[in-house]
Amino acid sequence: MSILINKNTRVLTQGITGKTGMFHTKMGKEYANGANCYVAGVTPKKGGQNYQGIPIFDTVAEAKEKTGANASVIYVPPPFAAAAIDEAVDAGIELVICITEGIPVRDMIRTRERMQAKGNGTILIGPNCPGVITPDEIKIGIMPGHIHKKGRIGVVSRSGTLTYEAVGQLMELGLGQSSCVGIGGDPVNGMKHIDIMKLFNDDPETDAVIMVGEIGGDAEETCARWIKDNMKKPVVGFIAGVTAPPGKRMGHAGAIISGGKGTAQEKLAVMEECGIKVTKNPAKMGELLKSVLT
Amino acid sequence: MNVHEYQGKEILRQYGVATPRGVACFSVDEAVKAAEALGGKVWVVKAQIHAGGRGKGGGVKVAKSLDEVRQYASQILGMTLITHQTGPEGRLVKRLLIEEGADIKKELYVGMVVDRASQRVTLMASSEGGMDIEHVAEHTPEKIFKIHIDPKTGLTTADATEVARKIGVPDVAIAQGAAFMQSLYKAFDECDCSLAEINPLIYTGDNKVLALDAKLNFDANALYRHPEIVAMRDLDEEDPAEVEASKFDLTYISLDGNIGCLVNGAGLAMATMDVIKLYGGAPANFLDVGGGATTEKVTEAFKIMLKNPNLKAILVNIFGGIMKCDVIANGVIAAAREVKLSVPLVVRMKGTNEDLGKQILKDSGLPIISANNMAEAAERVVAAAKG
Repeated sequence: MSILINKNTRVLTQGITGKTGMFHTKMGKEYANGANCYVAGVTPKKGGQNYQGIPIFDTVAEAKEKTGANASVIYVPPPFAAAAIDEAVDAGIELVICITEGIPVRDMIRTRERMQAKGNGTILIGPNCPGVITPDEIKIGIMPGHIHKKGRIGVVSRSGTLTYEAVGQLMELGLGQSSCVGIGGDPVNGMKHIDIMKLFNDDPETDAVIMVGEIGGDAEETCARWIKDNMKKPVVGFIAGVTAPPGKRMGHAGAIISGGKGTAQEKLAVMEECGIKVTKNPAKMGELLKSVLT
Repeated sequence: MNVHEYQGKEILRQYGVATPRGVACFSVDEAVKAAEALGGKVWVVKAQIHAGGRGKGGGVKVAKSLDEVRQYASQILGMTLITHQTGPEGRLVKRLLIEEGADIKKELYVGMVVDRASQRVTLMASSEGGMDIEHVAEHTPEKIFKIHIDPKTGLTTADATEVARKIGVPDVAIAQGAAFMQSLYKAFDECDCSLAEINPLIYTGDNKVLALDAKLNFDANALYRHPEIVAMRDLDEEDPAEVEASKFDLTYISLDGNIGCLVNGAGLAMATMDVIKLYGGAPANFLDVGGGATTEKVTEAFKIMLKNPNLKAILVNIFGGIMKCDVIANGVIAAAREVKLSVPLVVRMKGTNEDLGKQILKDSGLPIISANNMAEAAERVVAAAKG
């Protein structure tokens, strides 16, 4: 098993005719079981065409109905991306992974409120995230597939390349991954660390988890407290941004220390209190994980 | 993006938020004329810089005659104002706001931010205005009232009225106080603000609720739909290195140390700064070249880092995913040749086409120090920076 996605997931790409959408749909299709997984694309007014043999539809609802897609990945440009999420939610897609970076926060506040009101259980990952991969089965997103291999370690992170770094360190120690999830760095988004942690806790094929966080917000602390009371598996952590000065936004829209809150030191302290082994050295995430395996 | 106080107040007035009348001025003569035109007997001369704590730094003065307006305007214009937010180097004052004096009866506070936990805009208000709200939050949290605003309904009259009452707006001014809060939310929402802070919010001797100060920040992702706000950007208030970097779609932030960092991805860039610190060094900057770094972008990134007189060494840390290591290696070499690299360069590359990338660096004949992992890279760059 794995979390969120596996070889039986059927994916549609929203924004499949854009440069990014095309490139990553092709990469996804070429990865493991991708040829079976990538079943549809959506671009308004381009219905009836196809890309790499993948049929294109005008709407998500139609693509879902005709192909049985149950997951969507979004590469739509920022001004239209929140509306693309809304469309996928309305069509009843189970899992929506939004890669798009730069969506106005106000749009996301409305989209999240809409999802709540609708209450049909759609899971949102992102926006501004690398996506999700279940190695040797399926890859949905922009991560390099070949650096992963199947195994029993879960990875959850707010950042892209830092996730790859964690995976790279695991691979050097011969440790494969069950699933790796990039939840994105925006202040208003879908699943948080805690939501992914719950899924890993319930996944019989995950033995331990690396949790990578960043300065800003308190999602890592919330997750740590849940772990203390509920998690049956070892978790190790790293928080990026110990050296980040307050008030400066570190790339990600959400990565900022404001009002003395959201510092890496504070997050690390809470995680340690909750029994999570943490490291301040980003080069040691893999070794630390290995040390907690029994 | 930030704007000056006078610009923030202009925006707020368009939404019906009450503020004192005022005029932005760029010279002493303009300031005196503005005071004359405003009329009255008391004026406030306020330095306009993008930093808080202006009053304590001597950047805000109350003038009781036109002569005093002239005197204070000439003192403040051109001064280097140092506050707790400007850093020790301070900020040169180039603009003033001349405002009519207000008869302050009580100072209150209202602010709005996007709250990650509730995923909504949160209004915070307090009877303790004029002070550092973080101080109030820490010592007397019971004096701060919070409301998470439903994006569908906006700030309701009932909620706005309750907030006004709780922070001590007197009965006679409650209706206007509530309308003030609602207008502020409307401005926040429609202008895509990421922060709006009115500190102090005052009520006056004649029972009016007014924004005595105004601080607005805007969501950079939404600026494309607000050209009128983009036009307010004051580049004098921004770090020239950061402005230069943004032209090339690079995210650069100046820091105090002497080791330049060039990294792909914001999380890895922060982690790279952290590991440098851990091994006894200090990062000179945060620099994310993003996912689609080209030779041109890498070259510009090097140029920007090398302008820093404190720079002693550079660390390039790339995890090649979609972006291949050989492409980065060629970019680094081209950049190093073009800019005449004057400091030691440590390169750590991992991921797609890693071996090819390392070979290209080796074959270049350039004195590049290579490293196999982040720890080794940090150790080597810290040693190199120490010479």
